[in-house]
Amino acid sequence: MKKVYLDYSATTPVDERVFKKMMPFFSQKYGNASSLHSFGQESKLVLEGAREKVADLISASSEEIIFTSSATESNNLALKGLLKKGDHLIISSIEHHCVEETANYLKREGVLVTKLEVDKKGFVKDLQKNIQKNTVLISIIHASNEIGVIQDIEKIGKIAKKNNILFHTDAAQSFGKVPIDVKYIDLLTASSHKIYGPKGAACLYVKKGIKLTPLLHGGGQEQGLRPSTYNISAIVGFGKAAEIAGKEMEKDYNHQVFLRDKIIEEALKIKGCYLNGDNQKRLPNNINLRFSGIEGEALVIKLDLEGIAVSTGSACASAKLEPSSVLLALGLKPHQAHGSLRISLGKYTTEKEIDYFLKILLKSVKELKQISPYK
Amino acid sequence: MSYNEKIINHFKNPKNYGKMKNPSAVGKLDNKNCGDVMWIYLKIKEDIIEDISFETLGCAVAIANSSLLTTMVKGKTIKEALKIKDKDLIKEFGQVPKVKLHCSFLAVKALKKAINNYYEKGSSSYVGRSR
Repeated sequence: MKKVYLDYSATTPVDERVFKKMMPFFSQKYGNASSLHSFGQESKLVLEGAREKVADLISASSEEIIFTSSATESNNLALKGLLKKGDHLIISSIEHHCVEETANYLKREGVLVTKLEVDKKGFVKDLQKNIQKNTVLISIIHASNEIGVIQDIEKIGKIAKKNNILFHTDAAQSFGKVPIDVKYIDLLTASSHKIYGPKGAACLYVKKGIKLTPLLHGGGQEQGLRPSTYNISAIVGFGKAAEIAGKEMEKDYNHQVFLRDKIIEEALKIKGCYLNGDNQKRLPNNINLRFSGIEGEALVIKLDLEGIAVSTGSACASAKLEPSSVLLALGLKPHQAHGSLRISLGKYTTEKEIDYFLKILLKSVKELKQISPYK
Repeated sequence: MSYNEKIINHFKNPKNYGKMKNPSAVGKLDNKNCGDVMWIYLKIKEDIIEDISFETLGCAVAIANSSLLTTMVKGKTIKEALKIKDKDLIKEFGQVPKVKLHCSFLAVKALKKAINNYYEKGSSSYVGRSR
């Protein structure tokens, strides 16, 4: 059966060039980058090379990059590393679980948390209004993993700066896909496996001078902020992936925007189909649709039976039977969130695959509507 | 989520779906929790369910349950149909993911609603009315 992967926001395949770069670091160049001998120093050298490549992509300096194992860890480090009881934290109502749940944890620990609402298109509202005397950190997702909407981080960063508050952004979905400059950002989370690098490598950008409390204590690696033996192969892969993403960003961006807009244009011709989130300021690879009268999980399964991989924010796909909080934050009713479908493209997605997807989508929606009481 | 072949078959090729012309009764179930909607149509003659169809807005397992239920009910007497429990549907499927067990309950509830609707419309001999 034909297989079409359209869930690149979940994870991406490792770029062959990245994989090749990683290969020697398993059995040949296995030194611990913290060791003094030549084995260790060889690893140390490539470690710092990778750090530079990641830093370059966001116009940071390399000593501001702290390698971690995942975006989840980076977000945890940023929030838990900065906040203590009595502090005030501002996040948005469309954060990824790893920020939302960390904020919920901190709330139980005595941190005050405000979740900013978003407008119908998915942009955060009322930031200035919600700043308090004890606000220490604003953490707003750069590009939504679900609806792909890109926040104006420069504007948010300027507000934070004006009020002498730190600004962290989870850029797991946008890093390497759209240009980012950390000028107005104090902390930023980026991940390797979303940009054709391996899983198990990520980073937290921490602007010079900002003091964090580490989550782990140990051998002092990463300026003491993230002690653990370096996962050198994954970090090398991350660095190579960042380098490629920087060089090929424009090409990949244009390719994906073309396919994205084709899907949106064709899908919106289907009766009862709508686009979730703003249609302009969104990731080049994200399409989030909703269909009235049918259920997202059923649509995902139907597409899967035809070899197509996509995802949904429907309640039926979640263990808690609750629709996606991100979609509800847009003001959608639960039954509207019920019919949602997320399609995320990648640099390897072809127009032929999109044509096949559109054909099967049309057929699947039609079939499910025939079964549904609401046509 | 991976479903077994029986669930997938009923989902892929659902039996007895679609609106029924001149049904004897209709049961409309709207589940507020998960958002699923199930409508069951019945054609009843002398206490025998001669025909049954469904319309469902729901996940793959909800659709599969609706389909399976109709195949189990068709031709049965009302009394026999009322004996069908959610566990019978689950047993027929074999393996159902825990979070999807309630879908079978919804299907049975929709059928009961339809049978209730039949009695509400005409006969009053039915005493085992359930909510």
